[in-house]
Formats: sequence, C-alpha cells, structure tokens
Amino acid sequence: MSTLAVQKKNTRPVARAGRPAPELIFGDLWEFDPAPETADPKLKPRYDLFIGGEFVAPKSGKYFDTINPGNEQKLAEIALAGRDDVDAAYAAAQRAYDTVWARMPGRERAKYLFRIARLLQDRAREFAVAETLNGGKPIKESRDFDVPMAAAHFFYHAGWADKLEYVAPGRRAAPLGVVGQVIPWNFPLLMLAWKIAPALAMGNCVVLKPAETTSITCLKLGEILQDAGLPPGVVNFVTGAGETGAAVMGHPTPAKVAFTGSTEVGKIIMRSLAGTEKKMTMELGGKAANIVFDDAPLDQAVEGIVNGIFFNQGHVCCAGSRLLVHEPVAEQVLAKLKNRIRVLRVGDPMDKNTDVGAINSKPQLEKIAELVASGTKEGAEMFQPPCRLPTKGYYFRPTLFSGVSMSHRIAREEIFGPVLSILTFRTVDEAIEKANNTAYGLSAGVWTDKGSRILKMSVELKAGVVWANTYNKFDPTSPFGGYKESGFGREGGRQGLLDYCKLI
Amino acid sequence: MSRLPITKTPKPYVGGAFIRSESGRTFPIADAAGDFFANIPQCTRKDLRNAVEAAAKAGPGWAKRTAYNRAQILYRLGEMLEARRSEMIDTLVRFGAVKGAAAKEVEAAIDRLVYYAGWADKYEQVLGNVNPVASPHFNFTVTEPMGVIGVIAPAAPALLGLISLVAPAITSGNTVVALASETTPYPAILLGEMLATSDLPGGVVNILTGHRKELVPTFATHTHLRAISAAGVGADERKALRLGAAESVKRVRISDTTDAAGWFADGAQSLYAIRDFLEFKTTWHPIGA
Repeated sequence: MSTLAVQKKNTRPVARAGRPAPELIFGDLWEFDPAPETADPKLKPRYDLFIGGEFVAPKSGKYFDTINPGNEQKLAEIALAGRDDVDAAYAAAQRAYDTVWARMPGRERAKYLFRIARLLQDRAREFAVAETLNGGKPIKESRDFDVPMAAAHFFYHAGWADKLEYVAPGRRAAPLGVVGQVIPWNFPLLMLAWKIAPALAMGNCVVLKPAETTSITCLKLGEILQDAGLPPGVVNFVTGAGETGAAVMGHPTPAKVAFTGSTEVGKIIMRSLAGTEKKMTMELGGKAANIVFDDAPLDQAVEGIVNGIFFNQGHVCCAGSRLLVHEPVAEQVLAKLKNRIRVLRVGDPMDKNTDVGAINSKPQLEKIAELVASGTKEGAEMFQPPCRLPTKGYYFRPTLFSGVSMSHRIAREEIFGPVLSILTFRTVDEAIEKANNTAYGLSAGVWTDKGSRILKMSVELKAGVVWANTYNKFDPTSPFGGYKESGFGREGGRQGLLDYCKLI
Repeated sequence: MSRLPITKTPKPYVGGAFIRSESGRTFPIADAAGDFFANIPQCTRKDLRNAVEAAAKAGPGWAKRTAYNRAQILYRLGEMLEARRSEMIDTLVRFGAVKGAAAKEVEAAIDRLVYYAGWADKYEQVLGNVNPVASPHFNFTVTEPMGVIGVIAPAAPALLGLISLVAPAITSGNTVVALASETTPYPAILLGEMLATSDLPGGVVNILTGHRKELVPTFATHTHLRAISAAGVGADERKALRLGAAESVKRVRISDTTDAAGWFADGAQSLYAIRDFLEFKTTWHPIGA
C-alpha cells in the first residue's frame, strides 16, 4: 500500500491550492485501476413486444435503436408499438383478466409473484449489467440497489395476494380490472416492479410501457414471466416513445392508469383523461429540501447529501436537490462537500468503482446544462470538481451551487441531474418555510442529533416521505408518493395496495 | 290586526361571520307553495376566493387541535343540530319535503355528525401503520389533512348531502369551502347558524350560496383548494372539475351517490370518506445511539 502511494506520488495533481483541509483524500494520491463488470447481460439484437405471453413483432414492422448512454453505442433494436399493438395488448390483458387472473385464488396468484421474485434473484447479475448498459447508472447501484429492490417488491407483494381482506378494514378490496402503466427511465426495472407487483397481487392485469431509452430490462423480464409460467396476457409490455405512452394512457380499456414521470406530462395525462371515470395514480416530480441543522453529525450528513443528490446521477424524483444548511455550519458543510465531491469517481457506468455514471440521454444532458447555465446567469456560485470525463457518452460533472436564493430557477425547477442548490437558514421556522415553498411535495431530509426535532420537522414538512439522518432509502413495505404537484397515490406498503383496488 | 313577523335576511357563513356577496347580488327563492321566501346571496368567484382565504387561515389551527378536541367539536355540532331539530325539519318541509322524510333527513344528518365525531381519534389507528423496513429505521406512515377542500353539495338532499361531504373532510383537520344546493340553499344557511354556535373555529367550514355554473370553474382551478369533493355533478361538470384540477394536480372525488336513498344508506358514511382527503406521510427515523 505504502509503496504504491510512493510510486504514484509523482503523478499527484498539483491543483490543491485553496483547499480547506489538509487531509488524506482517497483517489487523489493514486489512480484507481479499471474494475469493469464483465458478466454477460445476454442481450438479444432485437426485442419484440411482449403481448399475450409471447414476443411478437410490431404490426408496423418498425423498430428503433436503443443505445448505451455511457458510450453512445447501439445495444439493440426495440419494437415500436403503434395504436393497434396497444389494442392487442389491452385485448390480451382483458381476456386474461376475465378468464384467468381475477378468478384465480389469491394464494395461487401469490405463487406466481414469488416465482418472479426468485427468478429475478437468480439472474440478478445479468439484469444489473443490462440495466447499467441501457440506463447509464453505475453498476454498483444496479447491482446493489435496483435489481435486489425490484425482487424484494415482488416478494413483498406476493404475500399480500391471499391476505387482501386485511388491506381495507370494514370493506372488501376487489381488483379494478386492467390497468395501464407508464414508467420513467431512471429506475427502469424497479419502477416496473413498483407498478406490476401491487397490481398483480390485487388481481389486476397490466399493460405497461417502459421509457423509450430503457426498454431492455423490461423486455428481459418478459422472459422471466414466461419462465414463471405466468398466464398469457396477465402482463403485457409495449415499447415506444410518447405516442405509444399516450395510446396506453388514453385507451378505453383500462379501469385505472398509473404514471410515473414529470409533473408536466402528468398534467397532460390528467387533462386527457378528464372526461373519463378512470382511476389514476400519479407519481410526479420533486424538488426536495435536505435540511442540515448545526447539531447534525456533519460527516454523516455530507455522505447523505452526496447520496441524496448524486445517487443515480440525480435522476431521482425525490433527489435532495435543495440543500438547506443551518447558517452556523454552512461554511463548514460547503467545504466538506467540495472535498467530498472532488473524489467522486465519474465515468464508465460499468466500472465497479464508479460513483456517478452516465446521464441517461442527450436531451437530458442538454436540459441539465441549460438549467446549470441559468444558475450561473442568475448569480449563484458554481463549483465543479476537475474530474476527467470520458470522451464518448453523456456525462455531467457533479455540480454545487452556493449562494442560491429561493427565486432562482435552480431552486424551483426539477433538474433531474447531479446538481445541488445550496441555501441557508437561521431558524427552524425559516427552514420549514423554505422547504415547503414549492409546488412539489415528494420528499424531504432532516439531519439533526435531536429526535424531537426530527419528529417536529416531519410533522411540518409537506412531503410524502421524510428521511431523518438518511436519504434515498426505499423499501417495499414503506409507502412512497407525494403531496401537492408531486402527485397522488402511494406505491409500496399497505397504502400502495389500496390504489389498485376498489372497495366493496 | 295580526303582528307582522320579522323575516330573516339569509346570509352565508364564511370565515366565522355571516356575509353578503361582495357583489351585492341576490337571487329570489320561493318555498314549496310557490310563495316568495327570501333573497339568497349569489356568491361570486371573488366570494369563493375570500372563503378559500378564510379556510386557509383557519387550517393550521384546526389541524393542530387534538383529535379528541375535534371529536368533541363535531359532537357539539350534532348537539346544536339536535337542539334546533324542529326548526330544521320545518325548513325542509317548507321547501317541499313531507314531514316524515324531513325528520328522517335531519336525524340522519345528526347521526352522521356523531359517526364522524367518533372517528376523529380512531381513523389514524386504522389507516396508519409501522413498516418493517430492512434497515435500522423506525419507519412509520401517518396521515395528514390535505388542506382546504372544495365541497360541491348535491341539489338534494340539501342538508344530508352537504353534511355527508363536509363532515369526513373536517374530521381529519381539513377546512372546507362548500357550495350549497343551488335549488334548496336555505337549509345550508340555517346550518351555518348552527356551525356558528358549535365551538367549530371560524373558517373551518365556509358555506357559499349561488349558481353552480358560475362557481364550479373556480372551484376546479383554484390552486389553494387541494381537493374537490363533489356530488350530484353531471358529465360536463365532472369534466370541467377534472380539467381544472389537472392544472395543480388537485385530487377530485366525485360521489357516486345519486338518489336520496343512497345518502341515507350506511354506505354513505365511511372511514374511506375520511381517507379520501388525507395525505400519507412516511418517516424514516434512525434507530441507534
């Protein structure tokens, strides 16, 4: 170890001037060797639609390319579903609902979900690699978070399928019928699990559309559904972009539609369904406050702030994108944060050491760049570490903005990238007022040593999830979803199940 | 010569006070016999916005009351209605109900208030829970009121329909701006007088009278109304409410109850009517030294 340090000493970067703390910084004294994940994602060159338990070509015969945002190389071709394909998917789902799924005893439905969970665990590494290749997230996240958590969601909901009489005391919970679901590109497999598992446990059948940039793990899951022997048509996957999504949401068949994505698109869907009696769940955007008090364990808080905003490149609807720091510790926290993000490893998502991977798509990269430019223009002070970015692929440096005011766009608009806006506060009331001063209300973080203050903040913050001395924690048992313009309905836990049934 | 009685000027109850419409407009209503009864304020969009402001102001205080206290206040409202039972029955009869049906409606309305009074300190125990997460956190889900709820009452039954929508919303600490039955607004005016003497803080329940056509679009689009609870709405109104609601991702609950029998049924009161106007908040509290 010591010899290595000595050897590499000559290549040590010199740009340490003005750095606050003379501490040992990992990754600064030596280079990390590449540690590529090499498991085979078992990709097919071309993916068809998954309808009625079979992979079928789109009626139009059209396909689109899906790429690896980490190097811009083509991974596979994905079927482009048109209106008639969506019709076929809904017909298959309705048939499965009428003839099989709704009549099946809960304990049997449960076994299919258990099977899916197990089969996904079996192929976890393969799915993690596919997820990272297609989405750009670091392999350590897809391996340690996305895939195991998706399996956990199937496992948790499986057990509910034969215990539905405990979901809604005083009433009987009955399935709705067929549900249409559209999910985003930030957690492709996990969002799919969040949508499908409760729907199936309740006895509904599904037509789901993944995001156009991240269809692969969804279609790979189709293989698992086949292996599990899930009756044909219970789950159907149609792939494509906005037009396909509109066809899925606007179709007359589904009794309910569930959408996860931007608030802007959520509103469009709500308007388009205004004349119908369809039930809806909307899991929309966020601009979460992560609030650090002066009594917080600061080193732990800094790790939590970093995880809160740089997890999955900040492509997280509940990202802690507004840091509210108590004035007495503001300078200290900023210095520690700068130190910390200097050593974030940004680059190849497939490298096991990578902390921040690739931005999911070029349009998203452009949106982030545009909002960051507005931050500088509106007078906030920007800090980016001097890391090297790969020449190919979509990457963005972890970015801090200090001196941000509530009126700045970077404090109000969802950036959905690795960009943290830092604001300060003096009193508890000011922190609450600033945290709640947004149209969103998805999540919030609180860092303090005082349990009573955690509970006080939790009561006052208008957000569906409050993390105390932690951030971006998820669990199938823990309901997730927002207040206000962050949407309605919950996913996970007992509360999430209630959004997939009618009460009789 | 017989004494000429003093007639009452009907005034809606808003912000704990009895108001006239800011516009000064009224519309005449007749009783079941067709005789002129009174001029009812024709509230405007501005009156609605003022009422929302009053409700928003009352909201935090009402939500912070203990569940036990809210329960007692709802029960007290039942007491006020019971005490003025005969006056309310006479009113319903005057506007066309037969005596027996009127009595039944008033009794059902009182019982409904008592039903929800009893829920105030219990729904949380049934709807919230602790979640066994796979990490060292005490993770719990509790409910919170949404804020200001817009209530659009059905044309009939004028009293029971209104109370059936207002009571579950305020049980959990929401505040309400309600639009009374357009065809039979007077029972809602009378209810306002009972609210005023019921210990319910001013602004928790605000009742407007006026024309649905004029006010529904503003109910739909007002961003401070976090949810709409409506009954007896036609297809056009449903669509208008949902279109407007999309602008601020507002929650819309439209009651399926369409006939009088439905409002009297047990199914018209429910824990889940309270739940419809709650947000669920999940907190991850660390466990450890």
